[in-house]
Amino acid sequence: MEVLFYIAAAVTVLATLRVITHVHAVHALLYLVVALIALSLIFYLLGAQFAAALEIIIYGGAIMVLFIFVVMLLGPLAVEQERTWLSPSAWVGPSILALVLLGEVGYLIASGDHPTMAVTEPRQKAISIALYGPYIIGVELASMLLLPGLIGAYHLGRRLSSEARSC
Amino acid sequence: MIDWSHTALTIAVILGSCLTLAGMLIWVERRLLGVWQERYGPNRLGPGGCLQSLADMIKIFTKEDWIPPFADKAVFVITPAIVVITALMSFAVIPIAPNFVVADLNVGVLFFLAMSSLAAYSVIIGGWASNNKFAFLGSLRAIAQLLSYEVFMGISLMGAVILAGSFNLSDIVNAQQHQWFVIPQFLGFLGFFMAGLAEAHRTPFDMPEAEAELVAGYHSEYSGMKFGMFFVGEYLSILLLSAMTVILFFGGWHGPWLPPVVWFGLKMFGFIALIILIRAAWPRYRFDQLLSFGWKVVMPLALINLLVTGGVVLWRAG
Repeated sequence: MEVLFYIAAAVTVLATLRVITHVHAVHALLYLVVALIALSLIFYLLGAQFAAALEIIIYGGAIMVLFIFVVMLLGPLAVEQERTWLSPSAWVGPSILALVLLGEVGYLIASGDHPTMAVTEPRQKAISIALYGPYIIGVELASMLLLPGLIGAYHLGRRLSSEARSC
Repeated sequence: MIDWSHTALTIAVILGSCLTLAGMLIWVERRLLGVWQERYGPNRLGPGGCLQSLADMIKIFTKEDWIPPFADKAVFVITPAIVVITALMSFAVIPIAPNFVVADLNVGVLFFLAMSSLAAYSVIIGGWASNNKFAFLGSLRAIAQLLSYEVFMGISLMGAVILAGSFNLSDIVNAQQHQWFVIPQFLGFLGFFMAGLAEAHRTPFDMPEAEAELVAGYHSEYSGMKFGMFFVGEYLSILLLSAMTVILFFGGWHGPWLPPVVWFGLKMFGFIALIILIRAAWPRYRFDQLLSFGWKVVMPLALINLLVTGGVVLWRAG
């Protein structure tokens, strides 16, 4: 099982690297889909089957389709744009910051002071009880946040009356 | 301890029968369409024309496999495989008879939904990689279609999941021993079947390939075996849709006298015939009609269905 985990983790990291370095936006997004699928395999190996399935349905399926939908419409000009954005001055700063994080992770692994890998088997029921029990405020806040988004989208997408359109 | 030989045998049987059935379905569909349109259909090769699929396959294999120079090559080549792989992966969780299933996942329903949402990439990316305006229009329509069916597909399934109390497909079948879920979940069944038709790109929701408007839609540029893969993928998703409908709403393998596998096959064939009949009889919708129908009619109905089902189950539990 650990071998499977390391393979999936390697795929995730490599695919994510390609997401950042690829100049072609649609290809980069396809790599991101691969990374999400590999991530869901990691969830599965950790015993979180429910999270694994949701990872693919929501992120791999629904959200990435919308990303690709928008990027698809950009056309070939976007490749040139990406190439200019990938100049060293753009990626040196973030890379240094990320290296600091990598160093921290390396220190934590080396010091042996880390939580074990296997989580206690989370079941759908336990997740639901946790969400709608002690964390109910979080769920309600998230839904309150989503509601204005929905109303805003409805407002922007409404059909204008003929008077409003003429003026 | 997993019994490897049993698993390997199950995989071989399911893979073999799925691919053969998908091939044969092409002939079955043409013959049945012939019956409903008062003509013969292919009836020359073999008894009743049943070797027609073989002839089609030889023809498709020997055709030139053309990749247009303006296409995005890598993506263009991968896409047809995605259709077939995702459809075949979904069959891994489908219980055909008691203990006759490759992976009895306890998130089987979600696995099916995950695979169906990944299958959408083939159409979207295939049309984009072809770099052809008709193919691109096809994939834009596919996205509009995906946005309209995907949400209510999941929600209309949940009624059956609530009644069975499990995401495991075998448990859902076993919960229907005395009463098929189609009776308490009729709305859910209608919603799911409609979403399934849209997912398989079948009439009346075959806008992404609409031959009369878009050449062949997203697979206009595909030829040879790559086109064949899209074709096989479409028939695999018909098989999958009928299998899932039987499992979720029509009692799976349960039935009197006959052995479970036979019941499963008979019910599945009934739905395959229904899907073909719909193709023979129903004109295509526009995609904005599907969008507004999906969000304004089916979605609220599915939500009400979910609410009422949940309420009734809680009330019965006391």
